[in-house]
Amino acid sequence: MTRVNLVLLCALIACALSLVTSRHQARRVFVELERAQAEARGYETEYGQLQLEQSTWGMPARVEKIAREQLRMQLPSAARTEIVALPGTKEGAR
Amino acid sequence: MRATASALRGAAPRKGVELPLKLPRLRAPLVFGLLALLFVGLAGRSVYLQSVDHEFLQTQGSARYSRDLEVPAHRGRIIDRSGEALALSTPVKSLWAFPDKFDATPAQLAELARILETTPQRLTARLDANEDFAFLARQIAPEASERAMALRIKGLHDQNEYRRFYPGGEVTAHIIGFTGDRDAGQEGIELAQQPWLAGSAGSRRVIINRRNEAVEDVAAIRAPQAGRDLALAIDTRLQYLAFRELKAAVELHKAKAGGLVILNVATGEILALANLPTYNPNRRDKVARDRMRNRALTDVFEPGSTLKPFTIAAALDAGRIRPDTVIQTAPGTMTIGSATIHDAHPQGALTVEQVIQKSSNVGAAKIALGLPSETMWEMFSEAGFGTAPKTGFPGEVAGRLRPAKSWKPIEQATMAYGHGISVNLVQLARAYTMFATDGEVKPATLFKTDGFVAGRPVLKPETALAVRRMLELATLPGGTAPKAQVVGYRVAGKTGTAHKLEGHVYSNRYVSAFVGFAPASQPRLIVAVMIDEPSSGAYYGGDVAAPVFSNVMGAALRTLGVPTDAPINNVILPPEGSAVPEET
Repeated sequence: MTRVNLVLLCALIACALSLVTSRHQARRVFVELERAQAEARGYETEYGQLQLEQSTWGMPARVEKIAREQLRMQLPSAARTEIVALPGTKEGAR
Repeated sequence: MRATASALRGAAPRKGVELPLKLPRLRAPLVFGLLALLFVGLAGRSVYLQSVDHEFLQTQGSARYSRDLEVPAHRGRIIDRSGEALALSTPVKSLWAFPDKFDATPAQLAELARILETTPQRLTARLDANEDFAFLARQIAPEASERAMALRIKGLHDQNEYRRFYPGGEVTAHIIGFTGDRDAGQEGIELAQQPWLAGSAGSRRVIINRRNEAVEDVAAIRAPQAGRDLALAIDTRLQYLAFRELKAAVELHKAKAGGLVILNVATGEILALANLPTYNPNRRDKVARDRMRNRALTDVFEPGSTLKPFTIAAALDAGRIRPDTVIQTAPGTMTIGSATIHDAHPQGALTVEQVIQKSSNVGAAKIALGLPSETMWEMFSEAGFGTAPKTGFPGEVAGRLRPAKSWKPIEQATMAYGHGISVNLVQLARAYTMFATDGEVKPATLFKTDGFVAGRPVLKPETALAVRRMLELATLPGGTAPKAQVVGYRVAGKTGTAHKLEGHVYSNRYVSAFVGFAPASQPRLIVAVMIDEPSSGAYYGGDVAAPVFSNVMGAALRTLGVPTDAPINNVILPPEGSAVPEET
């Protein structure tokens, strides 16, 4: 009887300890998850900022301003435009 | 025990002295009773704390191991048809303090001022302005806030906020609108689509460890609702193009205002909608409300001659006239009752085609008077005049189309050429879909639509085709708008030069307009231009609005890669000064 009790006691202790370990394990992993999620949010924020930047830099108004003022480019007038017809279409080039 | 006691005293034991152990009789019961009473009190208190007043301790307990965390959810983006961001929220921080609890050394204050790009004096002034609460910096970059918080100034706090940015600035301002406090939409699409765009932050309870890290989820108190993205029909490239050309024209003609709309014929989508004057939604502190108005949708004007095609279409559809029916417009005036209608340039006998081409008021009035007023009213109503266009924009107006029963003959005659009726620019552009298609009016929308959208049939296909042919004539030499021609494409359209109604009198100020579509062989785009009060000489729609149409239409068709339908040398401009003038 005593022996059985002892065995059961040991088993109980083992179970209790494993519970503690797994609980600890779970919390550790959870902290890690939280960190990863925070990191993801950080990246999301950065993505938003980059999108904003891309959109701001790429606005046609800005592109055209730089093309005109810094690169001294200009739209060709109709007189200097040549339309080339693809072979097989009815229009001819000028 | 006695022995020990004596030993302790260090004295010789005295014999024979027995102290009688005599306690007061009540002492033991008294002590026992008192102790028992204390226990009862203790037990009572614990029962009380457990069952009656448990709230306080429980809160205090959980405050030590759990936290409620906010789960942020930001507002959805507004994007154009190709996914380019037009409105975007990004997290920022605001720094605040209770001035009486704020305590910084001069060195800290100087450092804080440096981070916030201001002076210590200004910071102090902000703190002194309100003794309860003060913002030291609003909506600053998270990095700057982090550096400021790293100074560990007592009483300085930060809070998370979102700030809305509009990369398109003044170019897209009127469509998008803007958000105000707490990221809530205040104008434009931001306002109309608030429920769709808005996100609501969630909240959850977690268990924390001694390092303040969450170690376990306890419960989700409120699930976060992320804001959804919204795709508009706007094409940023065309929008910019429209804005640039409109701005150039408004400046050139010293006009008061202007509007331009580009519609996709197949779907009724609004590809571009530009208004002047405009404002920058990213910096709108001192902008007059007037500049914020989306005039193309919320303002009406008398459309003038741009309405003539609808009168002609009604008569053609009813079988009253044919494109080659001859109408006598000489001597260029027509008197109905006490009023007289004028042509800016008297003509003789004109065919119906020429009435449109030369934009004859008398011709249009004569055709209108041959129609029952109900037929005309029906045509205008079917075209969408008098009802709001329902594009999804808040505050759009319906314009004025009075019931046919109340029309007097003179009113019916003037309505034939667009006076006595008011429309907004989007309505006008949309109505032209009936000529650009086989007689169907498409619903106009600001939102991206996929595929083909069925319209409501209004005209017989042959009527639509006949009017389209007349509108093309108007842009050729001999018409009112040769300046609307585009290299490589056949275009069709109608000018309008309407006297503005001020009070109840027509003034000598004008609204110059042009509405047209291209390529005429298979229309893809409708462009409507409206210039309000051009005041540097020219005011005819054919001189003011038609060139804007030509520039925008040509560039837009090329941008979209629409195949050309005319030879490259198609543009034939009549000699300067010989263009057909028109009024109304």
